[in-house]
Amino acid sequence: MDSTQLIAIFGSILLQSAPLIIAVCGETISERAGVINLSMDGSLLLSALAGFVAALLSGSLLLGFVAAAAVGAVFALIVAFGSLHLRQNQVAIGFVLAMLGDSLSAFLGQSYTRMPGPSVPAWHIPVLKDIPVLGPIFFRQDAVVYFALLLVAVTWWFLFRTRAGLELRSAGERPEAAFTRGVAVRKLRYLYAVLGGALVGIAGAAYSLDVKIGWAEGHTRGMGWIALAIVIFGGWSPVRGALGAVLFGATKALATVLQRSFPQVALVAFNAVPWLLMIVVLLLVSGKLAAPLLARAPATWRRAPAAWRRTLRGLLQAAPPAALGQPLDEQ
Amino acid sequence: MLAAAHAAASTDFFLVYLANIIMQVQLNTIHKQFGSLVANDEISVLFEPGRIYGLLGENGAGKSTLMKILSGYQRPDRGEILLGGAPQHFASPRQALAAGVGMLYQEPLDVPVFTVLENYLLGRAAGGESPRQAARALEALAQRYGFDIDPHEHTSELSMGERQQLELLRLLAGGAQVLILDEPTTGISAEQKDILFASMRTLAREEGKTLILVSHKLDEVQELCDYAFVLRKGRLVGGLPLPCPNQQLVSLMFDELAPRPARRQLGQHAPALSLQSVQVHTGRLELEPVSLQLQAGQVLGLAGLEGSGQELLLRACAGLLPLSGGSLLLGGESQPDWNYPLARQHGVAYLAAGRLEEGLVAGLTLTEHMALVSHTHGLLVDWPQNRKLAEQHISTYQVVGQPESYIENLSGGNQQRFLFAMLPQNLKLILMEHPTRGLDIRSTDWIWEQLDQRRAQGTAILFVSADLDEIAARSDQIAVFSGGRLLRSLPAAETSADELGHLIGGAL
Amino acid sequence: MSRLERIWPLLPGLAALLVTTLLLLAMGTSPIDAYGAMWQGAFGTSARVYSVLAFLVPLLLAASGLLLTFKAGLWNIGIEGQIIMGAIAASWVALRVELPAGLQIPMELAAAMAGGALWAALAGLLKTRGGVHEIFGGLALNNLAILFTNYLIAGPWQPPEGGSFRGTQPFGAHALLPLFENSRLSLLSLVLAVLAFAGVALLLTNSHWGLRLKALGQNARSAFLLGVSSDRELLLAMALCGALAGLGGGVRVLSWFDSLRQSISGGIGYLALMVVLLAGFRLALTPLVAFFFSAVLNGSITLQLRTQLHSALGDILTGVLVLLVLLFGNYARVRRAFRRNRSSENG
Repeated sequence: MDSTQLIAIFGSILLQSAPLIIAVCGETISERAGVINLSMDGSLLLSALAGFVAALLSGSLLLGFVAAAAVGAVFALIVAFGSLHLRQNQVAIGFVLAMLGDSLSAFLGQSYTRMPGPSVPAWHIPVLKDIPVLGPIFFRQDAVVYFALLLVAVTWWFLFRTRAGLELRSAGERPEAAFTRGVAVRKLRYLYAVLGGALVGIAGAAYSLDVKIGWAEGHTRGMGWIALAIVIFGGWSPVRGALGAVLFGATKALATVLQRSFPQVALVAFNAVPWLLMIVVLLLVSGKLAAPLLARAPATWRRAPAAWRRTLRGLLQAAPPAALGQPLDEQ
Repeated sequence: MLAAAHAAASTDFFLVYLANIIMQVQLNTIHKQFGSLVANDEISVLFEPGRIYGLLGENGAGKSTLMKILSGYQRPDRGEILLGGAPQHFASPRQALAAGVGMLYQEPLDVPVFTVLENYLLGRAAGGESPRQAARALEALAQRYGFDIDPHEHTSELSMGERQQLELLRLLAGGAQVLILDEPTTGISAEQKDILFASMRTLAREEGKTLILVSHKLDEVQELCDYAFVLRKGRLVGGLPLPCPNQQLVSLMFDELAPRPARRQLGQHAPALSLQSVQVHTGRLELEPVSLQLQAGQVLGLAGLEGSGQELLLRACAGLLPLSGGSLLLGGESQPDWNYPLARQHGVAYLAAGRLEEGLVAGLTLTEHMALVSHTHGLLVDWPQNRKLAEQHISTYQVVGQPESYIENLSGGNQQRFLFAMLPQNLKLILMEHPTRGLDIRSTDWIWEQLDQRRAQGTAILFVSADLDEIAARSDQIAVFSGGRLLRSLPAAETSADELGHLIGGAL
Repeated sequence: MSRLERIWPLLPGLAALLVTTLLLLAMGTSPIDAYGAMWQGAFGTSARVYSVLAFLVPLLLAASGLLLTFKAGLWNIGIEGQIIMGAIAASWVALRVELPAGLQIPMELAAAMAGGALWAALAGLLKTRGGVHEIFGGLALNNLAILFTNYLIAGPWQPPEGGSFRGTQPFGAHALLPLFENSRLSLLSLVLAVLAFAGVALLLTNSHWGLRLKALGQNARSAFLLGVSSDRELLLAMALCGALAGLGGGVRVLSWFDSLRQSISGGIGYLALMVVLLAGFRLALTPLVAFFFSAVLNGSITLQLRTQLHSALGDILTGVLVLLVLLFGNYARVRRAFRRNRSSENG
């Protein structure tokens, strides 16, 4: 394998990961504000279908993405309404919506199965595309990839560098404190859950209009659950989450390459890799496995400066927003 | 109102004077009811600017409710709030702060994972200041009141006292003219208490602000306040200029108070618990080697600021945290693989501070609790038998409730009584965190009576409390902790709550 | 009790019907014909009723198991994989182990229960020992179980005649459950499912273990301090649920089908989750709801055969129903929510 091939593989990993990155950013925003949107697998499917059909019928890619975003937003709105307004279990509502989105997409998508349709065109960025190595990987892609990369940066900046982001995080971390300081906790949770849901919808269209063009029953099935796991792996940070998404994309690409080199190994073994990786990764980030390891760390290490220890601990494990999934009584 | 707030921050005397007139606080016939419980019964009080008030009363007297109403956290059923003569209707704490009323809660209402600066910025009007400018403003403000605060530190790394200082600065920067402090000295060091009191005096005397100290500690109120209001069972029962004889305040706060029976010394010279160079490590704190002895029937009180290591030691004794060094002997026998189920088998009971979080199961009835802890073998539950058992305990332990009541519907005192009812007989050792926190004086005395009976049977008691009076009065032996170290171990007869306070504070 | 309150429980059902009716109209199908076909498909002939009952067996087994795990506060989403592993284990005995007539079927069913229990215990261990939430551990295990099935069918258990990706060769007649009147229903399995449900009901209402599960589900920390060994009980609840689910999987290969197929469960585990959610975790309602689900889904399969409409319509009907009941089922709660919101807007 020469370097051109390798660069091409990296480029394709990035493309394959782009929808996951977008979905992970959306869910991270929602969960940072305190709302778990477990419906992701269903809303990805239905928005992938909606995006494909809307673009096909209207001839406008943009309209496809808008329709997909609307589907994702509506799913998130239902989760938010059920939990914030009616105080029902977020997990239960999200799960039912995940199932419902799957069956709705199967039913409604029946007549659009394996139809040729529009796709997002490649768009190489002048000048930048000629940078050696980086150019072909990052700048000979299409709008979806650029959007995903930009989204990671913007989400990070918004969450951690703006006042609005501060308020968002306070709603997920300690809503009663946020409330006493005049933060409209419930309004914000609605806003960011719906915004996050819309991004999940865009991710769905990114599949059906770009990465995995077209529609078939169960087109993106499973990706929503993987994205939810990546949010945990990413420690609720968009940057780490994006790295996680690329890691998953890479294992898929690796599986394809390996399969070509070792055709005697069954296909299922490669298909199993993402799910095995999901378990391994969650084992790694969960405190349960890391904590005893940290406790058994050598004494010299335990006496390391507190800041180092914090960083190291932070790399291995991350705490979810403290009030994730919890209601707030504003009286 | 906002203009007044800004003006007060300047040193212009006339404007300060004007602000003072405006910020007189008047509460008229405030009434608040929760279900059948009347928390505030037609309370009317007047707070003048430039003075420090004490608001006294037992647990459940209605102090916190009244202050939450004044600070916009709760709305009264009836009655009105006047600031400088103008009626106010606060829909939220933010509105109250905008009008000049800020409240410092017992547990600081901040976001622990944020930095100090982020906490300071959260909820402040944007106003075009950059984070750097805000950090500088925060440092300047801290300096003015003698606080030492690093804007870039994580709030979770701060001590309770520092988090309180941060909240206070935030309220002041937000334009607070009236500051309410709810039990601010719980869990802070003596040194931090002195800094806090000094800043409160500055705020009242030099800046003309109104301060209200909610407390049940008479000494503190006497030391700091100009005037005290006393609440009892939701009613305002009187007001007195301070200082005044403590007895006057006590007679207002409590009905008749049975004299506390003299403590009996019950040490039986049979070893109950012995700790030899015990070490405990957690991510946050390392407890340096501790050696302690406890005889059967003895009470050992563990004193120290919250997070000084005494809680770790207690949990390690319960088998809830592993020892990272040293050895633990129970009744003279070494226990190398100590854990919680083993501790239960050996007659050790552990009662945590949060009753509904660690101890009782909300959603289960009293009968179900009995069935859960009854050790009858067999697959099926004998419901009538357990109901009878629950009834017996209800009458023996004077619990207000029915066998079918859900545990979460009982009051805190009754929950604690029921927890005691569930303790097995003939225990070797009882470990307790804050056994009487949040309980009124009657329940407190009742609990210690129960414990005395247990002691007479040879049960040893090890407890942690933030209430130094409780530690001094109830213990035989006292161990003082600071910064993860056993500072001193001394007989209770040779010390007092005051001295303990100095010990704890002086260590810092 | 207002009139609205009295008709309230009916509203989600009507609303769900309205949604599917609109979908049918949008597809250009007459709703009356479609619902008629579904009714016929479920209850039209006695054979179809047996089919509904045959489908009910694994669904009720799985739902009964889920009552245990939900009581302990666990979201055993991995139940789908547990059904599959049960089917695989039963198939292994049916294909590879030759036993005397009286032992063959009991061994197959026992293997099915062991297979399901093992897969559930794995999800349980990932949670108790590894700190992996049971939703994610379970989902990963579900997909691994599906891939394992595919591997077996395409690899070691491939029929001798060669590369069919659809299933193994049919098991011998002695290895299959006796069927009732040429239907897909095994009466033995129906009896087992009813017994399993009754056993779960007894455990939950009257046993010390059930009470311990309830305490764990409500407050695991307090339960531990009161002497409940949380990890052991959680694992036991998972394993028992997995055993029942696995039994359901075994019944699928031994009576509904006659071999191990690619989508051997076809989402029965997820359906069972929906059943328990719709029943609101209530014991008495669970078998009724399971029967209703079974009827709707059997009906929609007939609908697909007759009209070419996707059978997912049945899932949509039940899905919307569960969603609406979850959201609005409790009248008092809904009223309180809206009242509270109005007062906080005015105040």
